[in-house]
Amino acid sequence: MSPYASPPAATSLFDKLWNTHLIKVLPGERGLIHIDRHLLHDLSSPQAFAGLRASGRPVRSASLAVAVPDHIVDTHPGRGDGTVPGGQAMITALRENARSTGIRLFDIGDPRQGIVHVIAAEQGIVLPGMTAACGDSHTCTLGALGSWAFGIGTSEVEHILATQTLVLKKPRSFRLTVTGQRRPGVTAKDLALGMIAQIGVDAVGGGVLEFAGPAIRELSMEARFTLCNMGIEASARSAIIAPDETTFRYIAQHPLSPAWSGMALAAWRKLKSDPDAAFAGEFHFDCDGLAPQISWGTNPGQTIGVDAPIPEPAPDAPLRTREAAERALHYMGLAPGQKLLGLPVQTVFIGSCTNGRLSDLQSAASILKGRRVAPHMRALAVPGSTKVKRDAEALGLDRIFRAAGFEWRESGCSMCVGMNADRVEAGARCVSTSNRNFEGRQGQGARTHLASPLTAAAAAIAGCIADPRALAPL
Amino acid sequence: MKAFQRVSGIAIPMPRADIDTDAIIPQQWLITTERSGLGSGLFGNWRYLNGTRAPDPGFILNDPRLQDARILVAGPNYGCGSSREHAVWAHLDYGIEAVIAPSFGPIFHDNALKNGLAAVMLEASAISQILASLAAPPGQKMTVDLRTNAVTGPDGTAYRFTMAADRREALLLGRDDIAATLEMADAIEAFQQADRRRRPWVWDAKAADTP
Repeated sequence: MSPYASPPAATSLFDKLWNTHLIKVLPGERGLIHIDRHLLHDLSSPQAFAGLRASGRPVRSASLAVAVPDHIVDTHPGRGDGTVPGGQAMITALRENARSTGIRLFDIGDPRQGIVHVIAAEQGIVLPGMTAACGDSHTCTLGALGSWAFGIGTSEVEHILATQTLVLKKPRSFRLTVTGQRRPGVTAKDLALGMIAQIGVDAVGGGVLEFAGPAIRELSMEARFTLCNMGIEASARSAIIAPDETTFRYIAQHPLSPAWSGMALAAWRKLKSDPDAAFAGEFHFDCDGLAPQISWGTNPGQTIGVDAPIPEPAPDAPLRTREAAERALHYMGLAPGQKLLGLPVQTVFIGSCTNGRLSDLQSAASILKGRRVAPHMRALAVPGSTKVKRDAEALGLDRIFRAAGFEWRESGCSMCVGMNADRVEAGARCVSTSNRNFEGRQGQGARTHLASPLTAAAAAIAGCIADPRALAPL
Repeated sequence: MKAFQRVSGIAIPMPRADIDTDAIIPQQWLITTERSGLGSGLFGNWRYLNGTRAPDPGFILNDPRLQDARILVAGPNYGCGSSREHAVWAHLDYGIEAVIAPSFGPIFHDNALKNGLAAVMLEASAISQILASLAAPPGQKMTVDLRTNAVTGPDGTAYRFTMAADRREALLLGRDDIAATLEMADAIEAFQQADRRRRPWVWDAKAADTP
């Protein structure tokens, strides 16, 4: 090569993912992008299959898709297809659509069933460097593997079924560098909530958010899923973390064919941003001094340290911030200056694609062991997948949860999305390990406080919002 | 897809930021395998009195002067949150053909434009002006014209907007996106063939086949 040739332009991790999947450059900074994994569930796919049938189009690459019922499914032990009225038809539709198109289905009763974002990782379906799409905004979870994973609507589900591609405008790529040392009792969920409170719920504007920095490197794989899961709450349609030894150890549970495992690893090791890659924007978050976080309002950015008072909207805050805060406080039955510690709680939910993995249940169990939930507390533990449930039971965690007064359920989205019968009653306050505290999300009139499994477990025991750092394992 | 060229009609002001898709169509209206009939769930938790189907007279959608509305004007980050396309179908089924806001949730925005619901972005200052005009009296009309990229406010003020050229064209023509992509089937086939050699592990779907 001529010494005068210009060096190749530095690329970000996202640029590399885009380039690998670019079938064709289209006008207007758009590209025809190959989708390596298409994940389907009961809520967002029936209308897509119906559209495909109506137009007489076949499924192009059925072997690249997996279907799983999770949103509407009942979570009571011994469940079948029965759920809320109208729900069974959604399960039947998914099953029929998978069968008639040759798409793999992890049905109710299958040990691989679970919340789509949990099982796609634990079953080795999504791997580093892949594109993965699902009719579900929390698909960004899977970017923790170093994949480009994002949520789509039902029209795009139909588009992928028919073409195995999407036409996309290249999203802008942002980076959030995380430094500092988390203190005991401060989890990836607290990091996620604190980050959103700092940068804002529309900070990324639909772009891609790469998490980087020393505090990300030391996160376990499950903690990385929790963090990336919350990316969409900062309007990151995708969140990504460059794969490293932690990632490779995690995916080794599903060994690749020896014929190409070396080739795959070599490709995956290149999946990182060049040192001088350019980003549309850079953020920085420091974990030093971060307290366990809990939301007080009706969007995930309305979050404070568990021991802090609800902030008074600054007089110079934008009208939008002040109005949103007033509306949120009214809905939540709270006032500025009030402390959340000691606020009575009626429901605790531990589960979801955010915090429904084994380490989340272990973390909650560390507080619950030897203790009982407060009188009249409704406490639900819903493992993120059937595998998580079985692994937890093998460790005896189900006995700890049950002895503490929790209901121990089958896996599903459950009280995070409130589509099945698992809902929070109107006016009831719920500390939830899920991802959205929107008005009515967990049930009409439900008041949701987002927090980590540790903080949720502490609330279940105390009967009120409590600081998990004050409850040492017995 | 339904084509969109122009709509003129009563506009509903929704002067709130971050209206999420859970608010636009709450979960109890998602229990369906159909796209149709979702208009009754639009803003379901805000529109009806606690858990009933009795209209809450205090909610703007129930103002008798705003019946037959065709346009909705809202604050920033409209349609954030869940990817549920039901949120878009609910607008269309209700009769709303255009939503105007300073910014949109990314997935809602894409979903809207794939269904013939015009999601139009204007500067925040323009939105504030329009919302102020719409506040009184209720029932004023606006126009969204995609052919000229112009919104006409209730007081006759014209606002220009831009939309990605391909999306604009697809909307104007009511183009079938899938048909357009299928015209590139040869390129997709060539990519997949080459990819099987380049990244064979992507095509080995056996890993999770054994329960």
